[in-house]
Amino acid sequence: MIARLSAISFNTFREAVRDRVLYNLIVFALLLVATAPLFGEISIGVERLILVNVGLSAISIFGIIIAIFIGIGLVSKEIEKRTLYTILSRPVRRWEFIAGKYMGLLMTLVVNAALMTAGFYLALLIVSHGLGKDDAALLVAVYFIILEFFIVTAITLLFSSFSTPIFAAIFAFALFAIGTFAEDLRNFAALATGLTKWLTTAAAYLVPNFSALNVISQAAHSESISGKLILLNTLYALLYSLTATAGAVLIFERRNLK
Amino acid sequence: MKRPGKIVPFVSALLVAAFVGSVFSLNGVEAARGNQATLEEILYIPSAKALKRMSLGYSGVLADIYWTRAVQYYGRKLSTRRGDLRYDLLYPLLDITTDLDPHLIVAYEFGSIFLSQRPPVGAGQPDKAVALIEKGIRANPDYWRLYFNLGFIHYFDRKDPRAAQQAFEKGSENPKSLVWMKTMAANMAEKANDPETALYLWGRLYESTTDEMVRQNARQHIAALHVDHDVSELQRRVKMYLERKGHLPSNWYEMMHEGLITRVPLDPTEKPYKLMPDGTVQVEDPDSFPFVTQGLPPGWKKSTKPQ
Repeated sequence: MIARLSAISFNTFREAVRDRVLYNLIVFALLLVATAPLFGEISIGVERLILVNVGLSAISIFGIIIAIFIGIGLVSKEIEKRTLYTILSRPVRRWEFIAGKYMGLLMTLVVNAALMTAGFYLALLIVSHGLGKDDAALLVAVYFIILEFFIVTAITLLFSSFSTPIFAAIFAFALFAIGTFAEDLRNFAALATGLTKWLTTAAAYLVPNFSALNVISQAAHSESISGKLILLNTLYALLYSLTATAGAVLIFERRNLK
Repeated sequence: MKRPGKIVPFVSALLVAAFVGSVFSLNGVEAARGNQATLEEILYIPSAKALKRMSLGYSGVLADIYWTRAVQYYGRKLSTRRGDLRYDLLYPLLDITTDLDPHLIVAYEFGSIFLSQRPPVGAGQPDKAVALIEKGIRANPDYWRLYFNLGFIHYFDRKDPRAAQQAFEKGSENPKSLVWMKTMAANMAEKANDPETALYLWGRLYESTTDEMVRQNARQHIAALHVDHDVSELQRRVKMYLERKGHLPSNWYEMMHEGLITRVPLDPTEKPYKLMPDGTVQVEDPDSFPFVTQGLPPGWKKSTKPQ
């Protein structure tokens, strides 16, 4: 089973690399490293702050765009090229195909984020003329961004398991946008009463909560993030993505591929 | 190609278990973050100008979102009433909301009430409330009710009847304004300290709003004014009894027997006032009257429980 999952994952990763997905790194590197010295010219006293905000936001946005645009084609492309039938004719279960695709895309995103983080730290080194303890703490924000990728990849895969690529992209982007406002939904649920309270609470749990994972602002201001929060956010991201991936598996198991 | 076998029930069970787990972990995340962490995020972009550009022309929708956040922020503070009750983000939220949509009247009207009232029911920032209303008047000069709100805040929260009078006069110049705006301006000039004036103002606010929260607030203030009046009056009559009989009454019936009152006096919640052994008069349940200034037990502090 592990061999089959690894094979599908590595192939997904290889395919993404072959699709020149990692080219975004050049854009990112240019954006940050080449413009880093300019931050000192256009702002006073907040060079590091701007760099952290821009850098971490770019890592997050690039990753989410990649997750959605590759994720929507993971299943449909295999059907279109008819390679899915070849894969499933081998001793590969459908759930293994979905799980393998999920892990492969996640691997692509983690490698991508790691390389972007390296570029980000290089820019930080240029701006700050050295790296300190506060800069190391920024890795927590990067880790939370990767947790976001866990969820986005899972929901994209869920939508792509039953929808066309264009609709899967729309659904995934919409859910991502709603998820960034999840805090508002929670606040609304807390103040509502009766049936509205039940419905909004259910909706607040159903949509992914990205606001809890966005600590870019705190990281930029060197505010510490507790170990408990890191642990709980990890647990939440893993469980939510497991829920969405399980949903994708269930739909795909029942899908008529003939 | 392998067909689904036992995998479907297993994955279904896994889905349910993982979802339940995610609910619990999300609750844990929120508890770990605390109130402040979540609320700070609502001002992640504190500049209305930047927000307006980012909204790509949909600034009205964004204003609605910020207004909803302001209401939620205020409502959450009000319903929890824990620890150090501060409304630091309320004014910035209202300011951004009204920058995004200067014609969102509701934000000026209710926002100024949230801001001006004394803690714990409000932010206790009447000067900021005045700034918000004046901003509203600049953007909506034809909307006379904002002058009513302005006069209201000057009179009750800033204790400035002169400024209140000017606000009511200015508002009454609008041909659409109701006739009582002129009455209010006159009252401010002649009998600003008269409790009837306060009662009249709260009555107008009660009548002019359809929002239940504002109505309840007005109701509580009206009740408090009645209680303050009743307690003063009853204590005056207790004093009369003392002068007549040479001792304090031990119950209301003794006063009825003397013809000083006609029945056992009831507060606005229909509960009888308490006649204390020292001749003072107290309300039965002080928590029912958050704004009373008289008739409270000595040393009584406002309850922190939500009402």
